[in-house]
Amino acid sequence: MITDLLSTTVLIGILASGIRLATPYLYAAIGETFGQKSGVLNLGVEGQMLLGCFAAFYVAYTTGNLWLGLLAAMFVGALMGLAMAFVTVNLHAQQGISGIGFYLFGLGMSELLFQRLMGTVETVKGFPKIYIPGLSDIPGLGEIFFNQNILVYGAYLLVPLAWFVLNKTTLGLKIRAVGENPDAADSLGVNVARVRYFTIILGGTLSGIAGASLSIALLNVFQQNMTSGLGFIAVALVYFGGWKPVGVLGGALLFSMVNSLQLWIQVLGIPVPSDIAVMMPYVLTILVLVATVSRVRSPSALSKPFERES
Amino acid sequence: MTDPTNKLPSGRTRIDSLEMRGITKRFPGVLASDHVDFDVQSGEVHALLGENGAGKSTLMKILYGLYHPDEGEVLLNGKPVSIASPNDSINLGIGMIHQHFMLVPSLTIAENVALGLPSSRGLLTDLDQVSKRIVELADIYGLRIDPSLYVWQLSVGQQQRVEIIKALYRGAALLILDEPTAVLTPQEVDELFVIMRQMVKDGHALIFISHKLHEVVEISNRVTVLRDGRKIGTRPTSEITKQDLANWMVGREVGFAPDRGNVECGEARLELKNVSCGSDRGTPGLRGVSMEVCSGEILGIAGVSGNGQRELAETIAGLRKVIGGQVILEGKDVTGLSPAALTDRMLSYIPEERMRDGVIKEFTVAENMILREHEKMPYSRMGFLNLGEISRHADELIKKFQVKTPSRETHAKNLSGGNIQKVVLAREIYRTPRVIIAAQPTRGLDIGATEYVRERLLEQRRNGVAIMLISEDLDEILALSDRIAVLYEGRIMDIVPREQATPQKLGLLMAGVHLEENASVVK
Repeated sequence: MITDLLSTTVLIGILASGIRLATPYLYAAIGETFGQKSGVLNLGVEGQMLLGCFAAFYVAYTTGNLWLGLLAAMFVGALMGLAMAFVTVNLHAQQGISGIGFYLFGLGMSELLFQRLMGTVETVKGFPKIYIPGLSDIPGLGEIFFNQNILVYGAYLLVPLAWFVLNKTTLGLKIRAVGENPDAADSLGVNVARVRYFTIILGGTLSGIAGASLSIALLNVFQQNMTSGLGFIAVALVYFGGWKPVGVLGGALLFSMVNSLQLWIQVLGIPVPSDIAVMMPYVLTILVLVATVSRVRSPSALSKPFERES
Repeated sequence: MTDPTNKLPSGRTRIDSLEMRGITKRFPGVLASDHVDFDVQSGEVHALLGENGAGKSTLMKILYGLYHPDEGEVLLNGKPVSIASPNDSINLGIGMIHQHFMLVPSLTIAENVALGLPSSRGLLTDLDQVSKRIVELADIYGLRIDPSLYVWQLSVGQQQRVEIIKALYRGAALLILDEPTAVLTPQEVDELFVIMRQMVKDGHALIFISHKLHEVVEISNRVTVLRDGRKIGTRPTSEITKQDLANWMVGREVGFAPDRGNVECGEARLELKNVSCGSDRGTPGLRGVSMEVCSGEILGIAGVSGNGQRELAETIAGLRKVIGGQVILEGKDVTGLSPAALTDRMLSYIPEERMRDGVIKEFTVAENMILREHEKMPYSRMGFLNLGEISRHADELIKKFQVKTPSRETHAKNLSGGNIQKVVLAREIYRTPRVIIAAQPTRGLDIGATEYVRERLLEQRRNGVAIMLISEDLDEILALSDRIAVLYEGRIMDIVPREQATPQKLGLLMAGVHLEENASVVK
């Protein structure tokens, strides 16, 4: 049965679902990259994703409109970002702790809303796969890369876009400066609070999309705590990726491929205890972080509240 | 100044005069600025002199828009202006070179200059054009700058030039220089003064903040002295002596040269043999340092900040891992011993960051005074603190070392810098050490406290203690040391007897120039 893993069909299957599964990691981790680049550590990603997950599903389920669902997820994520920004930027809260608070809020709130508004697990018909004439027909590659839904493509387009914004625009310059030396940025007339508000809300919005990608594009259901730590892995991916969109992409692919592999191992009935298989991505998180620690320097002002003083 | 166009070389209009009137600023419990008047004109350097906490920085931060005054007004060319933020002051043509550079090390020079400015390409950056303009500006003032370098690659002096360019790029006609010489070698100070003179000639107005009298006398046209938030007076520099300025600053007569007295150097108490260690950044901190400090001697360690001073102090104090070589204390190899073991061998250490390493901020004065020996008799017995003895000890030291504190139960964080240093000094000296490592012992202290600390160190020297004095203040090194070692990039450039040491000679060594090469440089 081990040999099953090596057959072309299975290999293509693993790679295709690996590409697909990277989607939520990418949205969430790119969003978190913006936040951390500006000096804000948001550990509430998981909570933002869960609420986005539910909002997208509920709206799509009740209205039958997937786009409205996606918008709802973005809105809820942005709102969570706004609250996070207020707490960390205006109130100078300790970022790690307040992030955990937002995670717990998202976890509890999504469960509560689910119980109140739905009660039972339902399914929706998620975003359909998009057929691209020519590309989708390429044997193998077409199945892996060009037979995906819109949110998957969006996630991969986000990577160069994020790189461009961070490195080639005045906004990106401000974000990087604020994350490294907010005092210097402030002295040059850069509005530190505004930049951080922007990145945190952007991060929340992208986390919302990450949640939506699970509930209305990949799995097409909503269950309690269905992100199961994915948001935390996304935070870890930012470190792994060295605060670079391309690095984040590499990390996201590594994790989604391992995840895909363990799913296929279970599907094929290969005699590995399922608990061990499910554990793989998490064990990998720890190993990878240990291996990459201190390889790249984090933004100097990361997780430090900014306050003008003498 | 007769230029009819009224333009600076940068193309910006001159600021003929700027006046601050009746500026008052209160912080909780402190009157930081008390109805202060100050003015500066095109084509002059106006020095602002005062001790720490005199209100120099507060006044300038108000001018730059970082603080808002409770009372008072600012007039530009005779017209009142409102400065609510740095953006406003920049738009008015006011630039500030901060004491701690406002640069982002991970960005290039061009990126640092462009930060916060609108780009000619809208949302996209226009770094190539910014770079071109930087080079143009740099040429006018004879500054050599490659805009594509990262700031972390630059020396402190170069970083300061970037700060100046940054201000000029933003069209600064009036420049506030907040203690710009504090981090420079004597040669770099000279270079800065050349640039400043050029700027003044071109019609800039410069405000020069300093507490170094000789620099003020050298560069300024007028000088204003502040003390305790109040203006003491303004005079043309040519009409006032250093001694007058010092008395104005402190409010009483000050002696200049501490009395060193004649002391016979005794046996070597502390020896370093080819010691190497790492730095916090993972790069080498010390690269084979050898020296000895004798009984009754102060060995001064000079150098520009970040050349291994911190590593040297921490290595000897047992706080940093020694990679190679030996540390020898009174003939015994103590390499790699713990701080506790070194304490037992009567090594005392006055750390550079007194708030971080010298005291525990949340502990009381009494507790801080026994930190080093809290496990020993009479302060504790079998793990139980002897609170009565600790209190008695604290009261004695507070009196003996003139610590100004409401009580021995006051938390260290509520004391002034000078008094915190007295607490540290009391703790480290009272135990009659054999060797003292004093790292930047007077940094940030006012003249009074500085005098006190120096006098105590000299007293220890007379008692035959071997003292290593690490300081970035060259005047201090020259005033106290018997011999002077210069650290550069983790190596000892040279060790010079005090009689042969001049600021010029040390400055070259601090810049990494060997004395043989000096001959050709200095002529």
